Amino acid sequence: MHEMSIAESVLGIVEDTARREGFVRVTEVRLEIGALAAIEIEALRFCFEAVVHGSLAQGARLAIDGTPGTAWCFDCSKPVEVAARADPCPACGGSKLQVSGGTEMRVKDLVGA
Amino acid sequence: MCTTCGCGTDAVTIDGKAHAHGHGAHEHDHPHDHDHDHDHGHVHGPGCGHDHAPAHSHAAGVPAERAVAVERAILAKNDAEANHNRRLFTRKGIFALNLVSSPGSGKTTLLCETIRRLAGEVPIAVVEGDQQTSHDADRIRAAGARAVQVNTGKGCHLDAHMVGHALEALEPAEASVLMIENVGNLVCPSAFDLGEAHKVVVLSVTEGEDKPLKYPDMFAAADLMILNKCDLLPYLSFDVAACLANARRVNPAIEILQVSATKGEGMDGWLDWIREGAGEARSRRVRAAAPGGCGGACTCA
Repeated sequence: MHEMSIAESVLGIVEDTARREGFVRVTEVRLEIGALAAIEIEALRFCFEAVVHGSLAQGARLAIDGTPGTAWCFDCSKPVEVAARADPCPACGGSKLQVSGGTEMRVKDLVGA
Repeated sequence: MCTTCGCGTDAVTIDGKAHAHGHGAHEHDHPHDHDHDHDHGHVHGPGCGHDHAPAHSHAAGVPAERAVAVERAILAKNDAEANHNRRLFTRKGIFALNLVSSPGSGKTTLLCETIRRLAGEVPIAVVEGDQQTSHDADRIRAAGARAVQVNTGKGCHLDAHMVGHALEALEPAEASVLMIENVGNLVCPSAFDLGEAHKVVVLSVTEGEDKPLKYPDMFAAADLMILNKCDLLPYLSFDVAACLANARRVNPAIEILQVSATKGEGMDGWLDWIREGAGEARSRRVRAAAPGGCGGACTCA
């Protein structure tokens, strides 16, 4: 359940940004979460709603852009897309894969006033 | 939550004491800057003292919304504090390991046995992470090493900030080995850098050979896997080859050692692995101490 820590970190970034921009409320927060970032999206939504309660982002809409997992297949010698870490190569079915992308966890932008 | 630095760790205790903030004592890596570069926009509201022209028709007291780019890594703060810990380790020539596993894999027994076997050779200090109790730190101290217990309360992992505070209490020696025993949990600790040289995942043979596939993030984050309790293999239907293949499937580069901490089998390989890492950490300290050897991390040049 580290989604609670992740949600608290998101709120910290939202509050820093709001202070910088002179916002008194934030109505939307957009995140980028990679498919291989070990984040349970529904748990993160639940935790976000809980941690922003009573803050200037209370009730803010949480938009989440997913990015696909990518890996290098040592058998095909090319990058491939994977949905999970232990998945086989979608091209050759092999299991010699090194994850190369899809672990991002970023706050992209927010809307406030 | 600490209103000075924002650490949300109310329930965290270090050796039973509340996680107190003397901001003179510990140095935070995150900047305490307060930018006031925004314009103080005139907020329209009742009683603002002047008439609004009819054309000025936005709702009173409701400034217009606008979108701003943020583009910040969610764990940027943790990562900054982890780098702060890492610089301390480099400066003091400390070889720091983050031991992760499910509860009951034998991490503490492995640590106690490691401490006994390396006694008089390499100083070892331990940060013990558990939700509750100081049982593990007590066991470590009984084995002959200095230890600080961090109780995370309901927290499911250690973060770099907690470890930073624990290091202030522990003050690990120069050229020592620091073992950070994370909260028993095969999921959450994988995401949090503590400043360690390596994550070491401990898996015991009583847990099932499919654990690397079920919890791939942890095995992907680790550089070394210790397969522990190997003395029990004759009594179990555990498939060692399948387990190793599963671990390599999620992490082709992972090193693997087969160990029995209680019977001693395989311990020599683990101790040699620590000796090698500790030697490298010591030599990095020597290089960092040379003029201009810090790579720009300090003002020595």
